[in-house]
Amino acid sequence: MNQSIAESKTKGLPPKTIKPKRIAKGIWKDYQLYLLLLLPIAYFIIFKYVPMYGAGIAFQDYSIFKGVSGSEWIGFENFKELFAMSQFYTVVRNTLLLNLLDLIVSFPAPIILALMLNELRIVWFKKISQTILYLPHFISWIIIGGLVYQIFSNKGGLVNNMIVALGFDTVPFLTEKNHWLLVYLGTGVWQSAGWGTIIYLAALTGINKELYEAAEVDGAGRWRKMWNITLPGIRSTIVVMLILALGKIMTIGFERPFVMGNALVMDYAEVISTFVYKVGLQSAQFSLATAMGLFQALVGLVFVIGSNAIAKKMGEPGLW
Amino acid sequence: MNNKIRQNPRLSDVLIMIFIGITVIISILPFLNIIAVSLSSKEAIISDKVTIFPRGFNIESYKLVFADIRMLKSMGLTIVLTLIYTVLSMIMSICAAYPLTKDNLKGRSFFSMLIIFTMFFSGGMIPEYLLVKELGMLDSLTSLIVPGMISAFNLIILRTFFTSIPPSLEESAYLDGSSHIVTLTKIVLPLSLPVLATLSLFYAVSRWNTYMDALFYITNSNLYPIQLKLYQVVMNSMVTDLTAQEGAMQTEVIAEGIKAASIMFATIPILIVYPWLQRYFVSGAMVGAVKE
Repeated sequence: MNQSIAESKTKGLPPKTIKPKRIAKGIWKDYQLYLLLLLPIAYFIIFKYVPMYGAGIAFQDYSIFKGVSGSEWIGFENFKELFAMSQFYTVVRNTLLLNLLDLIVSFPAPIILALMLNELRIVWFKKISQTILYLPHFISWIIIGGLVYQIFSNKGGLVNNMIVALGFDTVPFLTEKNHWLLVYLGTGVWQSAGWGTIIYLAALTGINKELYEAAEVDGAGRWRKMWNITLPGIRSTIVVMLILALGKIMTIGFERPFVMGNALVMDYAEVISTFVYKVGLQSAQFSLATAMGLFQALVGLVFVIGSNAIAKKMGEPGLW
Repeated sequence: MNNKIRQNPRLSDVLIMIFIGITVIISILPFLNIIAVSLSSKEAIISDKVTIFPRGFNIESYKLVFADIRMLKSMGLTIVLTLIYTVLSMIMSICAAYPLTKDNLKGRSFFSMLIIFTMFFSGGMIPEYLLVKELGMLDSLTSLIVPGMISAFNLIILRTFFTSIPPSLEESAYLDGSSHIVTLTKIVLPLSLPVLATLSLFYAVSRWNTYMDALFYITNSNLYPIQLKLYQVVMNSMVTDLTAQEGAMQTEVIAEGIKAASIMFATIPILIVYPWLQRYFVSGAMVGAVKE
């Protein structure tokens, strides 16, 4: 653009009369782009960045009447109080525990399932299987909570009925914390494994078919091909997914633990998000709950940046 | 030797089919069980006879659910809410994604960073709640639409897709004197229909399923979306059940059938649309995968 302006200056009159029109036209075109961006950017500033500013109440003795600007600043007092609570450590431990176990149990499941689906030869069977396997992903946690209760309840639950029919005692799946943990993890696999196969199946289609033909000529069987060609072929996808999962280890959704938890298993089920809800919205200790949320967000950010750095060191593209 | 090579794959084929078959059964079993319970008689539920087939078939539970005006109102409200939310979310996402693909947008990378950063860091639950409260949106449907209007993740998917449209198509339009907005609506959007359908579905499903915001922001029971209504039906009885004494058997079992019917009531819309929309879901997940 600068060059063309310079050109028009040296070349004299005719371009001069045309160019400003074009420049104005260019600005007008850009103006539309900014116009389109206006509302979305306003959305992000108001609903994402204003709460970040509002998180400042973690350092305040927040009063709902005085607001963020009027409340008194008290430095790290809320954090001191938070770190002095014994519940704080339980809640952080549970968040990490549930996420870590979830990662160990739920991460390999879609990979195994995708490898199996990939080996299926009968097209109609494969399609029906996939349709059914994706379904749990689209069911709300409330409904899943209801299903889990229906299936695992002590009285009249399907699983316990079967266990009793086989001559064993009922298992307190929902009321004893270790059994509850199994149900919680199993539910995660149930909900996400099928849907998770999509990305691996996509990666599997990218593997060079000639490799398989070459392996067959060398006499490799199905399992050998899976081990030596298929798995290495989706290695980079697995690594990226693992890194993404590691980045989220500190954040835990609210809906799943909130629905699945109950008073009898709070030793494990109380996590940061449900704790913030109880302390903040139910007990109106806004500053303390915000301090907890901020602690989680900052540690979570460290995890994201850290895992991204690991990704780049391993030669993967990373998130930015 | 030759024989062995031919037989082995067959055995492994069978093993794989059994493995997948069992997984499929586990995926669908909870639904079959809840359908069976919702269609069974009280006596059958009490005596624990219900598995995946209804015993003492009747539709009493469904009659009770459909007789509950508040349940129907919640469902109607959720349908309207989902439609409005999806349309607005899509408009906003398109408005944001399109300019972010243009080189001549000054500050493009700044705007992108501004948006992407919100995926990794947030002010948290309490400041968001206080903001909604300050804006006077508590106990109104705007609180269920506006605060979660744009998903940064969906926005990035859309931007990636727009980038993949051959620039020559847009350039020829510019040469014909078309403005950005005309190019967007006449050229880019018609070429993006599959991804637009996918993202609409992602937005719609998330709005349909989310209850957290309603739990925080809505106290007026006339404005309860179906998931929150369901939460009350399912979870309140669950809490009492878990701590219940043996004596409350009768009432509990009556609730059991209604609970099952309520769960099915809220699930049926998803089950109806799901098979038709499945291919969009899948292609959408692929588009999302490409980005990462």
